[in-house]
Amino acid sequence: MVSPPDVQKHEPPARYTDPLGRYLLIYVCILILAAAQFFIAYTHIDSEGMFARMLFVAIAEAGLAVLFFMHLWAEKRGFLMFVLVFTIFVTLAMQYGWTDSNRMESGAPYTQKTEAVSQ
Amino acid sequence: MSQADLTMGHHHPPGMTVGLPPFVVPAKKMAMWLFIIADAATFAACLVAYGFLRNGTANWPRPFHSITNVAIMTFILLTSSLTMLLGIRAAKAGDKSAAFRWTMITALGGVIFAALHIREWLGLIDEGMTMFHNPWGTGLFGASFFSITGLHLLHVTGGVLALLVVGIRYMGGRYNADDLEITGLYWHFVDLVWMFVVPFVYLLNLGH
Repeated sequence: MVSPPDVQKHEPPARYTDPLGRYLLIYVCILILAAAQFFIAYTHIDSEGMFARMLFVAIAEAGLAVLFFMHLWAEKRGFLMFVLVFTIFVTLAMQYGWTDSNRMESGAPYTQKTEAVSQ
Repeated sequence: MSQADLTMGHHHPPGMTVGLPPFVVPAKKMAMWLFIIADAATFAACLVAYGFLRNGTANWPRPFHSITNVAIMTFILLTSSLTMLLGIRAAKAGDKSAAFRWTMITALGGVIFAALHIREWLGLIDEGMTMFHNPWGTGLFGASFFSITGLHLLHVTGGVLALLVVGIRYMGGRYNADDLEITGLYWHFVDLVWMFVVPFVYLLNLGH
């Protein structure tokens, strides 16, 4: 006997019936986070610290947008996990070569200032 | 007969669940999510490559002295995400004219964003920046800047066209609220990408 598929048991899909106030709240939060990035750009901290802070804020902004503007939060948990885990894994897997980037400073073509440019 | 057969209204061999959408997400919506995942990987790869070059290049230019233009562009794009939501909300509630109006306002936001973006590009080109040369430092800056912002601008342009087409067809009765919702997913994604482009491409290259 084939077990019935998970058709009846899923949570109701996103129906965009959230109160308007919730959307506005998320919008204001994202605006504040965006403003925070501009603020960070004018603080006197080293490049690494600035990059880390901006990345953190950008991830927070993106998280709010994905979960609430794109309604991923209201989808089935399995789907949410599929999207997030897959995307995060692929993105993290791209980071393997960072240490090698420092070697470019001394030799890769186009990284040095050319005569025409330096005028 | 399994429950799947009953649900789909036709017969399949036992154990076969043809036609059941994965995660109970409609097929069109699933296609859009898969596109978004793939596109997120594309933009992530572009930004990682950009960061790799920036990290490995000594004389990386910092040509931006004002944040006004990029701040206005950011505000417009974020606000257009809200208007998109309002449009979908109206569509789900059955208010077609409001849904159409909000969708067109969203498209207008996209047009203004693109116009500001092109104006900024022209300003940089006037200062002598091309894909491979600029007056401030390594020529790699132009290539990476135009590639990343150009790819995003292409997405915005495509999004505006999609909003116009889907909005008009929704109003004409060919598309429904679900189609508008799927287009909205794409538009929010374009907005989301900008949240990463602004700090890494603009704000980290701010000349103090």
